[in-house]
Amino acid sequence: MPPKYHVLSVLVENRAGVLARVSALFARRGYNIYSLAVAPTDDERFSRITVVVDVEQAPLEQVVKQLNKLIHVIKISELDPRDSVERELMLVTVKAPAEVRGQIIELIGVFDGRIIDVGHDELALSLDEHPERLDDLEELLRPFGIIDLQRTGRVALPKLERS
Amino acid sequence: MNTNGGQALIKSLELEGVEVIFGLPGGAILPVYDPILDSPIRHVLVRHEQGAGHMAEGFAHATGRPGVAMVTSGPGATNIVTPLADAYMDSIPMVVITGQVALPSIGTDAFQECDTVGITRGVTKHNELVTRAEDIPMAIRQAFHIATTGRPGPVLVDIPKDIVDPRNPASAMNWNWPTDAEVSSSMPGYKPTSKGHPKKIKEAAVLIATARQPIIYAGGGILKARAAEALRELAELTGIPVVTTLMARGAFPDDHELCLGMPGMHGNYTAVTSIQKSDLLIALGSRFDDRVTGKVDSFAPDARIIHVDIDPAELGKVRRADVPIVGDCRLVIEEIIKALNALGGAESRMDITPWRQQVSAWQELYPLVYEQSIDGDFLKPQYVLEQLRDRSPADTIVASGVGQHQMWTSQYWKFNYPYTWVNSGGLGTMGFSIPAAIGAKVGRPDRTVWAVDGDGCFQMTAQELVTAATERIPVKIALLNNAYLGMVRQWQEMFYGERYSEVYLSPDLPDYVKWAEAMGCVALRVESPDEVGPAIDKANDINDRPVVLEFRTDASEKVFPMVSPGTSNDQIDLGPLQNGLGR
Repeated sequence: MPPKYHVLSVLVENRAGVLARVSALFARRGYNIYSLAVAPTDDERFSRITVVVDVEQAPLEQVVKQLNKLIHVIKISELDPRDSVERELMLVTVKAPAEVRGQIIELIGVFDGRIIDVGHDELALSLDEHPERLDDLEELLRPFGIIDLQRTGRVALPKLERS
Repeated sequence: MNTNGGQALIKSLELEGVEVIFGLPGGAILPVYDPILDSPIRHVLVRHEQGAGHMAEGFAHATGRPGVAMVTSGPGATNIVTPLADAYMDSIPMVVITGQVALPSIGTDAFQECDTVGITRGVTKHNELVTRAEDIPMAIRQAFHIATTGRPGPVLVDIPKDIVDPRNPASAMNWNWPTDAEVSSSMPGYKPTSKGHPKKIKEAAVLIATARQPIIYAGGGILKARAAEALRELAELTGIPVVTTLMARGAFPDDHELCLGMPGMHGNYTAVTSIQKSDLLIALGSRFDDRVTGKVDSFAPDARIIHVDIDPAELGKVRRADVPIVGDCRLVIEEIIKALNALGGAESRMDITPWRQQVSAWQELYPLVYEQSIDGDFLKPQYVLEQLRDRSPADTIVASGVGQHQMWTSQYWKFNYPYTWVNSGGLGTMGFSIPAAIGAKVGRPDRTVWAVDGDGCFQMTAQELVTAATERIPVKIALLNNAYLGMVRQWQEMFYGERYSEVYLSPDLPDYVKWAEAMGCVALRVESPDEVGPAIDKANDINDRPVVLEFRTDASEKVFPMVSPGTSNDQIDLGPLQNGLGR
């Protein structure tokens, strides 16, 4: 991922309209949200939004300050990929006629992914891994013919201290 | 179940101390209008919902208390979007209640339905769709808390009809008034900072003490924080001159020897230049607006910056601050004063006498000037404003619309009291003055309230004079009729080679005097300089109904000084009377 992408982890109140408020601050400035993952935290009152955006550093700081002003936003942290652990889930259906099926099964094995559905000429695969590993698998599967592909958007947490 | 949502809403407003609601009923908000009949709250029935919003703003400007407006769903709500945006830009505390179609109808394209919270999300500090009757008291408490704390702003509460209609079981509820603690714990993400960081305050004091050419750049935040006295104390302690932005006129008295008046695109030479030449800019509740900075790269190039603002998002937004301080202006200024005193007496600070002398020299050399008209010509707007200023009580509240008349009013009025200037600064909303003046007069019935308006503005919101006449709210309107959208005309003259495109309005269509009379006002047309004073005196003597004075003014008159858009403040154009004086 090019370095101008930034990963924000936004802790919000778990209630109607919050996602619209958050995404509107990016939309009004014309910034595309690259990926987005939202789910409640261990405390049902709060949700965590992991948003990846394509913004330069200076305007990002202003967006973060504006996000902080939203009444339903509790806390925002920018996660530097070097200091965080990241995962993303990908489901992909790929053409898999008999003559190449073995290669695909081998490939998903190399990536520690799983076969989650089997058709006559197709396989459905899943992989939860670092987003860059998903990119790699996607690249390697493309020559076989990808029929459907869905990624969840990355989720991330800060790396733990080890000293 | 001991009450219903409609009654609970009105009772909540009463408990929040609301004295007046500006509004206009309609289908979705009908059930809330019934309990108003039994409430001590005054309701002012407007003629257009935009009027309700600007009246609430004017009320808030003049009193410091949140203005309240109530309108129905759909078009009622969309008509109040402009005042919301205006209040958001100028940080005006305001609570707007909108009716909404019943919950089961939301999203079905029901009659008079619109996505009010969606439409107003970007122009409110916060908005909320309430979905349960029992949540109404908390929603109202939150709305007032959010509107009035931190950086003030407008909050909208959208109320579906079924939860306030006693005939609908969804409206039944048990009354419960949340405590302060419950209100704050209901908003874990809302904790405005009011106290400045002690270390930063010390740093600010040291910068102030060591500056040779400091300027205080006071913004609207001074008024919001009720910090006018603290500002005066700081200025008098240090002898540092003060510029007051368009939003801060009156925050520091114009007749004070340290007051330099308004900076910016139409600021006076001394205010603009002293910022440019300063070595320290003490920005207090101001936000480095583009109309103040001109070209940002060349704004106050040698100045270090102390920036105090309650909104962390303002710090570093336009100009990096050497000492950024998040906090309430009054509290921070008081702490800075303490820190300065801790450094020692006047001898502990740099002698700024040479700087003060330089600033005074500019003031003498470049005062605001205009040429008086000769008999038979159109009136000069500046002359009208000087007469209005000199013949009205010193604590008169002045509202203005947007355009040339606004700039002349800000330039020529002497604002010696805080909360006497009501205008639309950030959004620049034409038509603001009449409803805003009405709201200000409702909030301060003891004061004389003048609205200075242009003919373009007047035609946008004049219908509210019917409201003023009906409700016996005796505001006075000085209509500067130059038959043009004057500021646009000025730009077309200066920057578009005198190609006047769609700016002519005609001096006598409509006939403003007849129109004003038809709306229940006393109206006079004033055409010659010797009529100006007597007409104003007559208007000031009328206190039982609104008055409109129509002044026929010179369309060719332009607002000077002027910093052309996109240029540096160093390229200030003083106008034909002063250019070439040799700076």
